[in-house]
Amino acid sequence: MHVPKVLEIKRIIEETPTVKTFIFDWEVKNELPGQFVMLWNFKDEKPMSISLIDPVNDEIGVSIRNVGNFTEDVHSMKVGDKLGIRGPYGRGFEISGSKVLAVGGGIGMAPLMAFTEEACRRGIEVDVVSAAATAGELIFTQRIKKAGANLLTCTDDGSHGFCGFGTDLAEKALHENDYDMIVTCGPEIMMKKLFNLVDEHKIPAQFSLERYMKCGLGICGQCCVDDVGWRVCAEGPVFWTDEVRLISEFGKYHRDASGVKHTL
Amino acid sequence: MLETEFCNIKMKNPTMLAAGVLGSTAASLNWAARSGAGAVVTKSFGKEPNKGYVNPTTVEVTGGVINAIGLSNPGVENFKGELEKLEGKVPSVASIYGANPGDFESIAVQVQDMVDAVELNVSCPHAMGGCGAAIGQDPYLTAEIVKAVKEVVKIPVVVKLTPNVTDIVEIAVSAVSAGCDALTMINSLGPGMRIDLETAKPILSNRFGGMSGPAVKPVALRCVFDVYEAVEVPIIGVGGIRDYRDVVEFLYAGARAVQIGTAVMYEGMEIFTKINRGLEKFMLQKDYSSIEEMIGKSH
Repeated sequence: MHVPKVLEIKRIIEETPTVKTFIFDWEVKNELPGQFVMLWNFKDEKPMSISLIDPVNDEIGVSIRNVGNFTEDVHSMKVGDKLGIRGPYGRGFEISGSKVLAVGGGIGMAPLMAFTEEACRRGIEVDVVSAAATAGELIFTQRIKKAGANLLTCTDDGSHGFCGFGTDLAEKALHENDYDMIVTCGPEIMMKKLFNLVDEHKIPAQFSLERYMKCGLGICGQCCVDDVGWRVCAEGPVFWTDEVRLISEFGKYHRDASGVKHTL
Repeated sequence: MLETEFCNIKMKNPTMLAAGVLGSTAASLNWAARSGAGAVVTKSFGKEPNKGYVNPTTVEVTGGVINAIGLSNPGVENFKGELEKLEGKVPSVASIYGANPGDFESIAVQVQDMVDAVELNVSCPHAMGGCGAAIGQDPYLTAEIVKAVKEVVKIPVVVKLTPNVTDIVEIAVSAVSAGCDALTMINSLGPGMRIDLETAKPILSNRFGGMSGPAVKPVALRCVFDVYEAVEVPIIGVGGIRDYRDVVEFLYAGARAVQIGTAVMYEGMEIFTKINRGLEKFMLQKDYSSIEEMIGKSH
């Protein structure tokens, strides 16, 4: 049933000054990295990527950057406070290949963290390009290493790792290594650049898209993309390169709560 | 074999995408058409962009979903940009809403050259500001709006009725007397609500929402059956249709076409093809050679 389960916050991890991870007890069944949940704070409800899927301890987690009223409210919550969760929803990442490059920008690292842990558990070699504005905003650095992945950091100001864009570091990694697949999530402008890059290199890639969502159930139509009409909440949020190619609005515009278009 | 028509609008099969389900962009309407829908209805749009209600706007209940999206839409001006991109593979119907005859008139005039019919939404059970069911529960207001729109447009005017009235036949007769060309019934039922046990909070931000899905089908079917006996205009049946058997029931009750909404959540866009295939098999088994033979057979 698509009804929120009201759960107590079990743990809160302060990842950076602006990002917190909220962990809940959850009977893990078929949750996939790349899927999302609808998080309800009893005033509003927003889609959030699952950043932790732990089938051993039966926990899931969401990582939230504080960007507005909703996230501010959730950030003010303490362990034991309650939130509603329904899901998981959507199509997650397909986990395949023997060597994979994950490229995350900012909070886009959230679903990629869950992906990296699951891929590493399955014996896949994962290189993670984690991009942030500055060193203090790089998230999950310890978890990525603990998972057994190879972490490549980059910051806009050069305060940690490579100085420049995640796409520049990804291009460097692509030249130096042979990957079976790429997975990415982050600002759409970044993913658009990466799309052009992987298209040129002819490497299979999966992109996690973000659109305004209301129902999460595939009926309201708020998250449908031009020109194919697919629902990001149901056919996505993860799409392969050849599917992204058909999404003509990718990297160009998205729609707000009323459906009015806004250029990226 | 599956062809049908209403108001001289020819459909290759009797299934339509219902208003309010996807349908806020040309892309999703074209997708429904490519996936086998015989016609498509847009999500309702009004004069100005409207964000609708804050989430949660939908929640599942036994036998369906309750929703209070709040008629979110980008407004007629932006919506015309979408209508321009319709591929025209199947007939299209613009669902429009407003608070008074003037609103409906002005929107209908602006889009009448871009669609095959307009469907007046006077039945949304959770609309604000005197829209939706606030109109459709009143036979006089309904008639006023139908008359106003009929005076200014050349294309067929369909009225979508609410089941949340004492006597739907009275409203139907009133709409038909005012000149409407066809009726769609029903809009979602209720409003209903769902409350969270842990917090005692109503789940929908609007607290109440319209119920759709399999559980409303018996009510929808009865409305179609009753109204079929009272009016001469074509009826489009909608409410809880999930497979071809449901479609057959609506045809038998008197509908010439049907709309499918909530079932897209359960079955995906493939539902149109599935239903059409099932319907064709059923017709062969029962020796029907046309949809026409099935319409109103229960009477």
